[in-house]
Amino acid sequence: MNMIVCCKQVLDPEAPPASFKIDPASNTVLQPPGVPPVVSPFDEQAVEAALRIKDSQGGKITVLTLGNNLLRDVVKKPLSMGADELVLLEDEVFEGGDSWSTAYALAMAIKKIGEFDLIFCGRQAADWDAGQVGSGIAEILGIPSITVAKKVEAIDGKVRVERVIADGYQVVEVTLPALITVTNELGEARYATLKGIMAAAKKQPTIWKPVDIGVEPSQIGAAGRRSKLLKLFQPVREGKCEIIEADTPAEAGANLAVKLRDAKLI
Amino acid sequence: MAEFKGVMVYGETTEGKLTALTTELLGCGRRLADELKEDLLCILVGEQLGEAPQSAIVYGADKVYTVEDPLLKEYQTDSYVTVMEKAIKDISPQILLLGQTAIGRDLAPRLAFRLGVSPSMDCLELNIDPDTKLLQGTRPVYGGNARAIFVSESLPQMATVRQKAMSPLEPDESRKGEIAPIKVELDPAKIKTKVIETVKEEVEGIKLEDAEAVVAGGRGIGGPEGFKELEELAKILKGAVGASRPPCDNSWVPDTLQIGLTGKIVTPELYIAVAISGSSQHLSGCSGSKNIIAINKDAEANIFKEARFGVVGDWKQALPAFTAKVKELLAG
Ligand SMILES: Cc1cc2nc3c(=O)[nH]c(=O)nc-3n(C[C@H](O)[C@H](O)[C@H](O)COP(=O)(O)OP(=O)(O)OC[C@H]3O[C@@H](n4cnc5c(N)ncnc54)[C@H](O)[C@@H]3O)c2cc1C
Ligand SMILES: Nc1ncnc2c1ncn2[C@@H]1O[C@H](COP(=O)(O)O)[C@@H](O)[C@H]1O
Repeated sequence: MNMIVCCKQVLDPEAPPASFKIDPASNTVLQPPGVPPVVSPFDEQAVEAALRIKDSQGGKITVLTLGNNLLRDVVKKPLSMGADELVLLEDEVFEGGDSWSTAYALAMAIKKIGEFDLIFCGRQAADWDAGQVGSGIAEILGIPSITVAKKVEAIDGKVRVERVIADGYQVVEVTLPALITVTNELGEARYATLKGIMAAAKKQPTIWKPVDIGVEPSQIGAAGRRSKLLKLFQPVREGKCEIIEADTPAEAGANLAVKLRDAKLI
Repeated sequence: MAEFKGVMVYGETTEGKLTALTTELLGCGRRLADELKEDLLCILVGEQLGEAPQSAIVYGADKVYTVEDPLLKEYQTDSYVTVMEKAIKDISPQILLLGQTAIGRDLAPRLAFRLGVSPSMDCLELNIDPDTKLLQGTRPVYGGNARAIFVSESLPQMATVRQKAMSPLEPDESRKGEIAPIKVELDPAKIKTKVIETVKEEVEGIKLEDAEAVVAGGRGIGGPEGFKELEELAKILKGAVGASRPPCDNSWVPDTLQIGLTGKIVTPELYIAVAISGSSQHLSGCSGSKNIIAINKDAEANIFKEARFGVVGDWKQALPAFTAKVKELLAG
């Protein structure tokens, strides 16, 4: 089974909310000092989904990351978890893209890789939370897609997927090749082993520039966008919390009930 | 080149009824259509639509397109995208709105890529720019830490809308409108996916999305036993139990109880967050609640920035006393 996993490097989404700052003049997010970026968490789980298939029936996993000035320690993490190869689409013209230009470049890189049975993406990147690139790649490649998967099993040349819906899940079967997007209900991604980290350190990623995947600079990155960001801002939280004072937490709990009664909330 | 006209809502139905979110989309679509002086169109797709088309008119639509076919019994990407591609090309609406649901978040991007347009996903607000007449979608980004306003010039302009972000109109039985069935040829050979079964994991009692009181527990609850105490409180308040992501990831509670960016969106009168730190991703799912109450041992926890009342302390001590007092007050 030849598998490709698309992994994005993002600002750590679990950094303390207070550390999140934007620059309104340029409509960009400021990198908080001392908080290194990470592989987008759903993408790590997409790697995990691929590894589970590799564990059970073998196969090769190629990781694809698009960006610029990518931190090697970050983007190599999937290798240390057990992925086989890393391809970086790394160039300044890849920067500032939207779902369109990103999906297009990734799809063209996947065409260049050529052999694939399954492509995995995260359900959404933890920065812009759009959830479009996976479906976009599948549409450009003309292959079926199943989104928001919590379980992926390969059986007899087909893939069986549990797709999360509001009140449960659906079991869906799809023929190969196919693209699957993965959600956290899949379960935690495995830790990198020491052996994996050492092996990953030795591996050199393959780096592709726009010409290597046969795309024009006008089609990718900021130039290839089909949506325009007008404004980025932080919503104001004006909430004022009244802390219930008491000698013990139990007393505070009882006082809270009285407070809610007085405020006609219960 | 066709002229793009009208605001279209992609409606969802369950058992022949419009979903709540569909009525919200119609409410929002009506406002946008009026601003643009255009018609509000609705499209419904399924095996059997029952009373839903008429009900879409009652909730504001001028014209309802229906596509009924046994092959459309269940949502599948290939068949639904095919239907919508054909419908959009024939009808050429200027704007297409979908709900941010299991269907909408799958259908919208795939359809958009087929049509060559860019959708704004998970919008909280939609407005028409008075000068350009283009649709501006405001959506949460960075896990809810920020909001972004997007615009796209390619037509149709597409957006998905978050649950409970918009209000439905008052249903008006006297509203008149047209229902227009359309036929789309579907080739079963082109549907590459097959739905084997649908598994419901619904919990008993009041549905989380509909509850007026939600008692939600976080990682600090420590295990499934603690959630029994939350259930007791929820029962007394005639509400429902919810959770942040860690209790779901750890299987203390079913995944369907997750509240947040990638879970359920709730907007109850009363939201009691117990041992939840208040990450932006969690708040995305509950910040629309009228009153947030927090119990947390960490006075610095972010949840207190959103809460109206708070108790700083160990929930294991605070909650039983709170529950007992609530019970007493409600009895008396
Ligand atoms: C892309 C993405 C999407 C996500 N989507 C969601 C989502 O939809 N929903 C969601 O909830 N999360 C989501 N998350 C996870 C989110 O970032 C947080 O990790 C999560 O919400 C934290 O849950 P928590 O508050 O229960 O746990 P923690 O942050 O660990 O907080 C536990 C809290 O419990 C308190 N506590 C501990 N013990 C006690 C005690 N005995 N008494 C009182 N208080 C105590 C602590 O002080 C602490 O504040 C997402 C993350 C990512 C990256
Ligand atoms: N720059 C990128 N590099 C690699 N994969 C990406 C990139 N952007 C998006 N993806 C993939 O597409 C998924 C959905 O992204 P999005 O549509 O931006 O939310 C992510 O979870 C990744 O799997």
